[in-house]
Amino acid sequence: MKFTLSWLKQHLDTNAGLEEICETLTKIGLEVEGVEDKAKPLEPFTIAKIISAIQHPNADKLRLCMVDTGAAEPIQVVCGASNARAGLVSVFAGPGTYIPAKKITLGIGEIRGIESRGMLCSAAELELSDESEGIMELPQNAPIGTKYIEYAKIGDPVIDINLTPNRSDAAGVYGIARDLAAAGLGTVKPQTLPVFTESGSCPVNIKLEFIGEDRKLCPVFKLRMIKGVRNGSSPQWMQDQLKAIGLRPVNALVDITNYITFEHGRPLHVFDAAKISGRLVVRCAHMSESIVALDGRTYTLGTSTVVIADDNGVKSIAGIMGGEHSGCDETTTDVLIECALWDPENIAQTGRKLGINSDARYRFERGVDPEITQFGMDLATKLILEICGGTPSQITQAGDIPAITKCIIFPWNEVKRLTGLEMPVDDMTQILKRLGFGVSGIGEASTIAVPSWRPDIEGKADIVEEIIRIAGLEHVVNVPLKRTTSVSEPVLTLIQRRTRRARRALAASGMMEAMTYSFISAKEAEAFGGGVSVLKLANPIAADMSDMRPSLLPGLVAAAQRNVNRATKDIALFEVGQIFTGDQPQDQKMAVTGLRRGLASRLGTGRHWSQPAKPADIYDVKADAFSLLGALGVSTDSMQIVAGAPTWFHPGRSATMQFGPKGVLGHFGELHPNTLEQLGIDGPVVVFEILLDNLPTQKQKTSKIKSKLEMSDYQSVTRDFAFVVDKSVRADDVVKTARGVDRVLVSQVKLFDIYEGKGVRPDQKSVAIEITLQPREKTLNDTDIEAFTSRLSAEILRKTGGVLRG
Amino acid sequence: MSDFNTIEQDLLNQIAKASDDTLLEAIRVGALGKSGSITALLKTLGAMEAEERKSAGAAINKLKDTVGSALTERRTILKNEALTARLLTEMLDVSLPVPEGPFEAGRLHPVSQTIEEITAIFADMGFSVAEGPDVETDDFNFTKLNFPVGHPAREMHDTFFFNAKENGERMLLRTHTSPVQVRTMLGQKPPIRVICPGRTYRCDSDQTHTPMFHQVEGLVIDKTANLGQLKWVITEFCKAFFEIPSVKMRFRPSFFPFTEPSMEVDIQCRRSNGEIRFGEGEDWLEILGCGMVHSNVLKNCGINPDEYQGYAWGMGIDRLAMLKYGISDLRPFFDADLRWLKHYGFKPLDIPNLCEGLSQ
Repeated sequence: MKFTLSWLKQHLDTNAGLEEICETLTKIGLEVEGVEDKAKPLEPFTIAKIISAIQHPNADKLRLCMVDTGAAEPIQVVCGASNARAGLVSVFAGPGTYIPAKKITLGIGEIRGIESRGMLCSAAELELSDESEGIMELPQNAPIGTKYIEYAKIGDPVIDINLTPNRSDAAGVYGIARDLAAAGLGTVKPQTLPVFTESGSCPVNIKLEFIGEDRKLCPVFKLRMIKGVRNGSSPQWMQDQLKAIGLRPVNALVDITNYITFEHGRPLHVFDAAKISGRLVVRCAHMSESIVALDGRTYTLGTSTVVIADDNGVKSIAGIMGGEHSGCDETTTDVLIECALWDPENIAQTGRKLGINSDARYRFERGVDPEITQFGMDLATKLILEICGGTPSQITQAGDIPAITKCIIFPWNEVKRLTGLEMPVDDMTQILKRLGFGVSGIGEASTIAVPSWRPDIEGKADIVEEIIRIAGLEHVVNVPLKRTTSVSEPVLTLIQRRTRRARRALAASGMMEAMTYSFISAKEAEAFGGGVSVLKLANPIAADMSDMRPSLLPGLVAAAQRNVNRATKDIALFEVGQIFTGDQPQDQKMAVTGLRRGLASRLGTGRHWSQPAKPADIYDVKADAFSLLGALGVSTDSMQIVAGAPTWFHPGRSATMQFGPKGVLGHFGELHPNTLEQLGIDGPVVVFEILLDNLPTQKQKTSKIKSKLEMSDYQSVTRDFAFVVDKSVRADDVVKTARGVDRVLVSQVKLFDIYEGKGVRPDQKSVAIEITLQPREKTLNDTDIEAFTSRLSAEILRKTGGVLRG
Repeated sequence: MSDFNTIEQDLLNQIAKASDDTLLEAIRVGALGKSGSITALLKTLGAMEAEERKSAGAAINKLKDTVGSALTERRTILKNEALTARLLTEMLDVSLPVPEGPFEAGRLHPVSQTIEEITAIFADMGFSVAEGPDVETDDFNFTKLNFPVGHPAREMHDTFFFNAKENGERMLLRTHTSPVQVRTMLGQKPPIRVICPGRTYRCDSDQTHTPMFHQVEGLVIDKTANLGQLKWVITEFCKAFFEIPSVKMRFRPSFFPFTEPSMEVDIQCRRSNGEIRFGEGEDWLEILGCGMVHSNVLKNCGINPDEYQGYAWGMGIDRLAMLKYGISDLRPFFDADLRWLKHYGFKPLDIPNLCEGLSQ
């Protein structure tokens, strides 16, 4: 909502300057978003008259002027303008003045040997015009010595406030003045009610075609005809105000309705009576009825759109925009003024459906003061008579002004209860009265009558807000929130702790945390098991952001490719975030996903002199997943690694991590070449994904004491063994078998080499393990070790077909 | 006796000249071995008179000791020389670079870090962390929060919708984390102290808006919560978060459907050379919205507004991160550009906590 300072001052009698007004506006909840103050930089420019102008002795094109600036003595100015002549009244800038267009500050200068104590200015130099045809020429009666801005009435500051949707009362200059007056910034000037003589009844009749509940769509409709108007341009002062707030003057009749819209928040409409045939009917539009509106566009209406129609069809979209074919132009001689009330909800809906943002819609959907319906009509009549002449008819009215007087029983201690601020009841009463509220009844609670212009006031808290915003929020004293425990207690849930730890753990493995959009393209969603219809947005912001992600992988893979395109090839990224399998709360899961590409292995990124470059492979991401699980307190000892994973993985280079088929934690592996190709990604890319929701939860331990440590006094023995097994045998089975030979004696089994090649059959491999035996009761001797070796060989042979390598 | 001196001098000279262990050993055998010169002298003692033997014996034994320790001494010198020579050949280039360790290489996203900072502050004030789904119902995102159907405030939210179902229900992406407040109030009896951080979505995109962003809201419900407390909580939070000793805050009346009275809050700042400093200067910067929870919202969530009262606030996490750490553009937050993450991200051991300070 924009308005000029002078417009405000037409309604507010105040000594306050622009700055104080703006500060107060913001303080009382009418936040000033911006002030356009053209006057400020032009403040120092004054009106002056050239007394004499003679040729500069040293320059052909310069003149030596003696200038009367209103001061006792004339001032000498050197001027280069060709129109500088004796008797000319122009605009003067003294030394120290900043010239906006030239971005310089004037000094006392010497021009070609002659002192110059100022400057006579062109309109361009004041940034008032683009042309620079000599210095400004003002009428002879322009008062010498006064400020130019005051004389020219230019640069009326324009204030732009960010009106919150509840404050329809401040959608007009008058309402803003009322609020400022309530805040103690002057008094509202009384409205003089227009007086004029009506002649005859309105020749056009009105019918409201609503029954029952629908009557609320148009509670009242007033119509008056003014005959014999001349619809030329509106007067300059009106055009100036409208232009200043960004409206384009059209013609007097239209400008008058716009003016009242912004002055009183009261939208009106004018029809050219010659373009109306028969009576006006207010009704819902028929299916597929259409109208060419004043913006020149054709709108097809629905049956919930309220329209004003005559015998020939729709003439106006009620409360939103009039029709082009019934509007007023310079040929209009008889005008019909409409002043009606509309249902805010219906107007909002229609406006949204049709996509029309008009000043009328803005006000009607927020609520227009029903009590100024008659006033609006009369003010419009008065202005039309003044500007366009004519003879007004009586008003014809359909429906009635709704009689709603809202009363709220208000216990005065509510202010203290909600804000902590203690205020005398008298002060609070005064504030409410200044805002137009009625206050009756004395004691702990009073009855507060809500003014007709405040549809937003509904309950006690609203009254508290009114009091506190005018009293000033700065008076509310900060009160500490009491601690509930002496020492703060842990507050995070298990999943919250795991989410945080997951981030730290992966960053500590050298990976970078990405955050990618929760929505991805349908193609990406489908490639990763998603794309279900309930997760497709009806109004995506872009075609490739249409589906809620079923996995973090598509986003991460796309992010990796963006980096590849920027010439970063070695990439270690992860994301911890939500994924979606359906639209219910339980369908949203917290996933952790990591991705490695190029030379971004766990050993480091890129090449290094100390070792051969190592491309990231599935064992890097397996290690990422395992160390992550370890950091999250999940033991991987009994976790199963089952070969194979969902379709987007390489079938031979992927695995599922699980505790039984129903306890799947996630997957790791290389992405399937088809998936990469589908998404246009340069591979290979290795990834892991873990669902935090699926991790087992440990029982909360009641004691913090760790289990007792048992350390044997006898020396442990470490021996290496190599077994030749079929290639298809899982190395893990060899390790597990070795561990199972004697769960007490075997304290550790490490796989340290896999060998294929010379000395081993092509369909076989050698698996080398280091076993540590930890005796508990006596030191092991050769016989004991031999006995263990033969049990080990027998078990390996039985479980894996492996043979001890000679 | 002079013979002994000559022998001694001769041997000592040889020892001093010996350049390696083999030569030394040869000298030792030549002097002290079975048929060595000193051994031979010792053998002559048996044939001497007692008196003579006594003095010659002492002299020969002294000769033997002197030569013996000269040999040991020389051996040590040679060993040290050899070691020094070997070590010289083992020199490595200490200037070779070592790989960057994972604690140096890895980064957390600024939003994660900021959420942890915010959590650290509010956890100390006794707030727990509540979370809820991103895909929400119209009821939880709007209606229960006192957005009347058709109200202009609803439209200001630029909501992402899913397609309507057969029963007419239409899910949406939450436009704020306020539905988590609703879920908390419905699921938990007062007193309540929670913060609700999370992803939120609005159909809007430019330099300062992305269609997805992060918000954190706070909610306090008990029997005494009031505006004065709210002002204190917000002010203390800002001081702690921006790590400044004092700050002025400006509370302006505003409007949100779910609070009454409602306020927007500006923080004192100084803008210079494209940088913003908080807790100094004369400028104001809008930082959050807040207010007393609307009685309709309390009622909608099963809380009696005459028995309980509360306040709530909401602010943008991405924006807080941008302000604190001087990040000028929002869009790269979700682009995963490794250069950006490396520069604006946080190292894994920079864990925000109140005893070390939130940021290092």
